[in-house]
Amino acid sequence: MKKQIIKSIFWSLSLMASLPIIAQDGNKILQDIDKNLSADSRIIESTMIIHGKRNDRTITSKSYTMGTDKSLTEYMSPPRERGTKMLKLGNEMWVYSPSTDRIIMISGHMLRQSVMGSDLSYEDMMDDRKLTEIYNANVEGTETYYGKDCKVLILNSKVKDAAYQKQKMWVDTKYLIPLKIELYAKSGQLLKMITMSDIKLTEGRWFPMKMTYKDMLAEGKGTEWVINSITFNKLIPDYIFSKASLKK
Amino acid sequence: MFDFIYKGIIRDKKRSLLPIIVVTIGVFVVVFSDGIIGGMINNMISMTANFQTGHVKVMTHEYATQENEKPIDLSILNAGELINQLKNEYPEVDWTPRIMFGGLLDIPDQKGETKAQGPVSGIAVDFLTPGSNELKRLGIKKAIIDGNPINIPGQILVSVDFAEKYNVKPGDKVTFFGSTMYGSMTFSNYTIAGIVRFGNSMLDRGAIIIDISDARLLLDMDNAAAEIVGYLPEEKYNNEKAEEIKTSFNAKWANNSDEYAPVMTQLMDQEMMSATLGYAKRMSLIMIVLLIIALAIVLWNAGILGGIRRYNEFGIRLAMGEEKKHIFNSLMLESLIIGIIGSILGTTLGFMACLILSRHGIDYSAVMRNVSLMMDPVIRTTITPRMLYTGTIPGIISILVGTALAGQAIYKRNTAMLFKELD
Repeated sequence: MKKQIIKSIFWSLSLMASLPIIAQDGNKILQDIDKNLSADSRIIESTMIIHGKRNDRTITSKSYTMGTDKSLTEYMSPPRERGTKMLKLGNEMWVYSPSTDRIIMISGHMLRQSVMGSDLSYEDMMDDRKLTEIYNANVEGTETYYGKDCKVLILNSKVKDAAYQKQKMWVDTKYLIPLKIELYAKSGQLLKMITMSDIKLTEGRWFPMKMTYKDMLAEGKGTEWVINSITFNKLIPDYIFSKASLKK
Repeated sequence: MFDFIYKGIIRDKKRSLLPIIVVTIGVFVVVFSDGIIGGMINNMISMTANFQTGHVKVMTHEYATQENEKPIDLSILNAGELINQLKNEYPEVDWTPRIMFGGLLDIPDQKGETKAQGPVSGIAVDFLTPGSNELKRLGIKKAIIDGNPINIPGQILVSVDFAEKYNVKPGDKVTFFGSTMYGSMTFSNYTIAGIVRFGNSMLDRGAIIIDISDARLLLDMDNAAAEIVGYLPEEKYNNEKAEEIKTSFNAKWANNSDEYAPVMTQLMDQEMMSATLGYAKRMSLIMIVLLIIALAIVLWNAGILGGIRRYNEFGIRLAMGEEKKHIFNSLMLESLIIGIIGSILGTTLGFMACLILSRHGIDYSAVMRNVSLMMDPVIRTTITPRMLYTGTIPGIISILVGTALAGQAIYKRNTAMLFKELD
């Protein structure tokens, strides 16, 4: 009996001592994910398929991102959306609509609203910070997800302005890309679920070319975001990220 | 006996004046209050029906389950066909489409960039179709404090509080920014046609009104409507008729399990409306009961005073051989006549006061500024045949109860002591 108690204490102490190592391991995985997903600049042409409650809609767009502060998205189709542009500079955002020829500022409280009726919010689209800047990660365990070995990470926010306080992430150990992410509110409520697939080697890094977002609080059937083309670290002229460029 | 009592009342003013005044005042209060409460109820029914519910309303099943959120994505898609069907089946009802929506109204600076913006709740109604009654129904002409009603597409009416807060006036250009029925971003420029004040905080705080044709373009809702509202002939709500139409319509669609199949509700299905009406009726009943009790106490006291004053008269009548019961009955008959006279006077005065206020109304706008109930700030009394008896019955009952209580003293007189008392 005495031996068993000593053994239990030993194992508990060992587990406690290994916790920083597990956290370190989690943050290391997060760094590797950032290496794959983040870049100094990105130009993406994408198709968004919104599976609404009553119909499906397809929207194509081209977006330019520079660092974490500058971003411009131009909608190419359908005709109703064509020419609409969204510009983010720091914490401010503007929308240009060709039908009104107006540049309208998007207020802070609008950032959590849905973009074009999709399952993505403006914040989801615009927050381009590295995961390591926002979260601390712990490895919770390992699982097999659709036949792929994954490490399950728990990400807890270390900054006050994180869009989601907690994330649970299934990371493919081979490609170091998350295959599934659950996004939680501070209350612990599951807000969104993202699944990533069609992982391709692009410019020397693995990148998921298809992401499916599901807003768990909305009634729709989710939004597929398919990347048609992506370019990393290409110099984007500064005028692209100016209000003057919105009307061009 | 009646003549004898009647002459007594007319000739001996001290006997009848106070009870008549008390009954007159009491009856006046009941009749006038009845007119005011009736007016408030009618006012609330009319405002709620005109702006929110119609007398009957058709929505999709899904929309109806989330009606408070006004989810335009759950709107009726083939509204035109459904309206034609409703017009054929219920031709006496005036059917019209409506869309309630929300978004931001952006005010540009000289460069066309955002100077200010604020959240608004929009109401889209059919102003421009010839023969539409919506302009009159919503009282737009009366509510406009600056500018004009909507006459052409591309115009917008802005509520007074919003206009004051963001310093906009008729002729200014504004941009609405919101979401279409399918969730896409939508923008549209409008010219402010007029500034409206409805005297209701819900509407005056941040409401905008546009024509439904503009809203359909703005919200990508071609031939769609969030709600189809119906108004009974002469715009007069009739609960039985509305219920009959609702039951008949819903029976036709009962076997359709489509979540977007239409469903009809009627004004009284609104939880708050039926609860408020029930509350008003209960308050009216409580007020009448309390008034009877209060009047009976006052008249009981008046009866005791009268009994003291007429102590000798009753003594002589008893000494002459008149039975106590007969004296008591004559007092009750006397009170009945006084009650009738007081009730006629009170009802006439109450009726006249209600008649004046039904034409001119009482403006409560200063008090209603922060009230979120759907009510016109000018409250008018209603004139109903009910007024002829709502005050009369409690007026007569109260004086009879008061006299009956005071008259008990007659039975306590000791006949053996009468002559000694009269000495």
